[in-house]
Amino acid sequence: MKKLLTTSALVMGLANGAMADGHGVSLGIFLGFTGPIESLVANMGPAAEAAIAEVNASGNFMGGTNITSVRADTTCVDAAAATAAAERLITSDKVSGIVGGDCSGVTTATLTNVAMPNGMVMISPSATSPALSTIEDNGLFFRTAPSDARQGGVMTSVIMDRGIKSVALTYTNNDYGKGLADAFQSEFEAAGGTVTIAAAHEDGKADYAAEVGALAAAGGDVLVVAGYLDQGGKGIIQGSLDTGAFDTFVLPDGMVGDSLPLAIGSDLNGSFGQVPGTDSMGAGKFAEMANGFDGTSPFAAESYDAAALIMLAMQAAGSSNPADYKDHVFDVANAPGEEILPGELGKALEILAGGGAVNYVGASNVELIGSGESAGNYREIEIAGEAVTTVKFR
Amino acid sequence: MELLNAFTLLSNFVLVPAIAYGSQLALGALGITLVFGILRFSNFAHGDTMAFGTMVVILFTWMFQSMGISLGPLPTALLALPIGMVFCAAFVLLSDRVVYKFYRAKKAAPVVYLIASVGVMFVMNGVVRLIIGPDDQRFADGERFIIKARTFKQMTGLNEGLSIKVSQGLTVVTAIIVVAVLFWFLNRTRTGKSMRAYSDNEDLALLSGINPEKVVAVTWILAAFLATIAGTLYGLDKSYKPFTYFQLLLPIFAAAIVGGLGSPLGAITGGFVVAFSEIMITYPYKKFIAYLGPKDWAPEGLLQLLSTDYKFAVSFVILVVVLLIKPTGLFGGTQS
Repeated sequence: MKKLLTTSALVMGLANGAMADGHGVSLGIFLGFTGPIESLVANMGPAAEAAIAEVNASGNFMGGTNITSVRADTTCVDAAAATAAAERLITSDKVSGIVGGDCSGVTTATLTNVAMPNGMVMISPSATSPALSTIEDNGLFFRTAPSDARQGGVMTSVIMDRGIKSVALTYTNNDYGKGLADAFQSEFEAAGGTVTIAAAHEDGKADYAAEVGALAAAGGDVLVVAGYLDQGGKGIIQGSLDTGAFDTFVLPDGMVGDSLPLAIGSDLNGSFGQVPGTDSMGAGKFAEMANGFDGTSPFAAESYDAAALIMLAMQAAGSSNPADYKDHVFDVANAPGEEILPGELGKALEILAGGGAVNYVGASNVELIGSGESAGNYREIEIAGEAVTTVKFR
Repeated sequence: MELLNAFTLLSNFVLVPAIAYGSQLALGALGITLVFGILRFSNFAHGDTMAFGTMVVILFTWMFQSMGISLGPLPTALLALPIGMVFCAAFVLLSDRVVYKFYRAKKAAPVVYLIASVGVMFVMNGVVRLIIGPDDQRFADGERFIIKARTFKQMTGLNEGLSIKVSQGLTVVTAIIVVAVLFWFLNRTRTGKSMRAYSDNEDLALLSGINPEKVVAVTWILAAFLATIAGTLYGLDKSYKPFTYFQLLLPIFAAAIVGGLGSPLGAITGGFVVAFSEIMITYPYKKFIAYLGPKDWAPEGLLQLLSTDYKFAVSFVILVVVLLIKPTGLFGGTQS
């Protein structure tokens, strides 16, 4: 029995070794499985893996090559831990591409410290900091999420269209929050609005009474909360409602999710905001085919698209070497070519194998612009009847 | 009238939240200080002990809720609290048996305990996430407010509202009761006295026939009880999320050290010092001053001493100053 165990362990070891030697392709799923956005990642990770499973099921990928995925934890906030995890993905797991990171800070850190020195392609589904648009990336970094510079403009029009001219602003103290807050403040003031106070808050802290007090003292018609829905953002909203400081809140993408109205209750009705999203065919189709996760959860669609883009670019290049396929990401994402919706990855691979062109639309209506980021479609939402409802698409 | 408005404003945004937050910190710091006083190490697992105890309370609260048992206007969690305390104590005693007892037999240095407690912290972290998950959990029910801001305005005709939550009232009342019982226990009962003797001079206590294992066990049970109560009150007042409880460790330690590690009275004072300093120093007094002075006195700026970004710096500056001037803490505990 003992011998049998040893032998099978050896065989398995050999099999794994063989995989790493290049007979299979491996993708890193590099998201914050623990940390402040772990509840969003619970849907983002499976969404990316669903794309891989779909490609494997089709059997069309690079002559029937199987793709495996390896999860690694960005922690969303700890750049050192994220860098180590990315290092591991590349040197030990020998991945050929990385879906991730998730939060802007850790994504920037891993891009500069790990991905660029190793020539690794990263496609982030959710890093939205404007700084990532201009960062030096050797053409290795893409994102299926739009920059917050764009969201700042959309949020300004969402607020202005409701006739509100004076807001208080609080943001989570990281690259995402600061980037979005700065983009919004400059857009809003340029449009003639007043930001009475722009105060940072830390996530995961015990108490937000001090922040709420400061925001209330500064005043404003509504409170813009550029934070995370299961973190400080929620704490600030709860505190503001409890003390009667604000009644209405503006919720950007990090704050939109079903758990927020569930947690706060009817007091949140009437608050509004926006989140990347489309009413395209792809979004609906993706939500339907999502199995074992919620396809409408923020950034789930973008995660699926990020994984799909890497695999399609590999297929177009006929190589899983990042240096080869990085130049094909734009080709498969944008026109010309046959439009590809979620669930049609097998068809796309077949077209590419036959030398044809595809225009990947995917679940989030992917259209890469600039240095390789999504042009950005936004869904204006309003909380009504303790649920997130769609007002319109912008 | 203006004076009343100013006072209400200050109560609503500074006094009431600071008192509630201070009570929660004080209860947490009491647990830290007890373990430090008797077992002589800084227990880094305390934040996650709070998370574990509260998790059990939440699970039983959900069970009671599904069975239709409630306490009317009070949260059902109060009913589940004793069960959570027992479970938490059992878990903590188990960790003592498995981990700390080994080091006690070897008479290990305090720093070894400290590192071991970091290990225990990560295990608890994992256990809690395995059982209840990393997400936010809601378990508060019953009435939410004693006074609502809007109701207060209508009642009094003032411009400013005052809101007091049931959870805030409950926190303060419970904290007073718990502290009273704890002090009675430490000062009046035989076990409590033997604990203090053990804390003052271990060898002398052993010579006079005090059973060290019993003292250690009672300390852990008390720490677990305090952690569960503090965690549950905090969860009722804000929300339950394992990650936040882990983060609570910092202000709790600051409170315990400011007051003087090993001194229960110091832990309570420290809790309030940390809570009040965080809120009072970062509060913008613009509206407050505007109410007090004539109309045209209203200042342009926010009159904020420090931006809220620095609120954590405030408690740590206090911590550093205390350690520099009086290293044993305000109430002269053990030197940390």
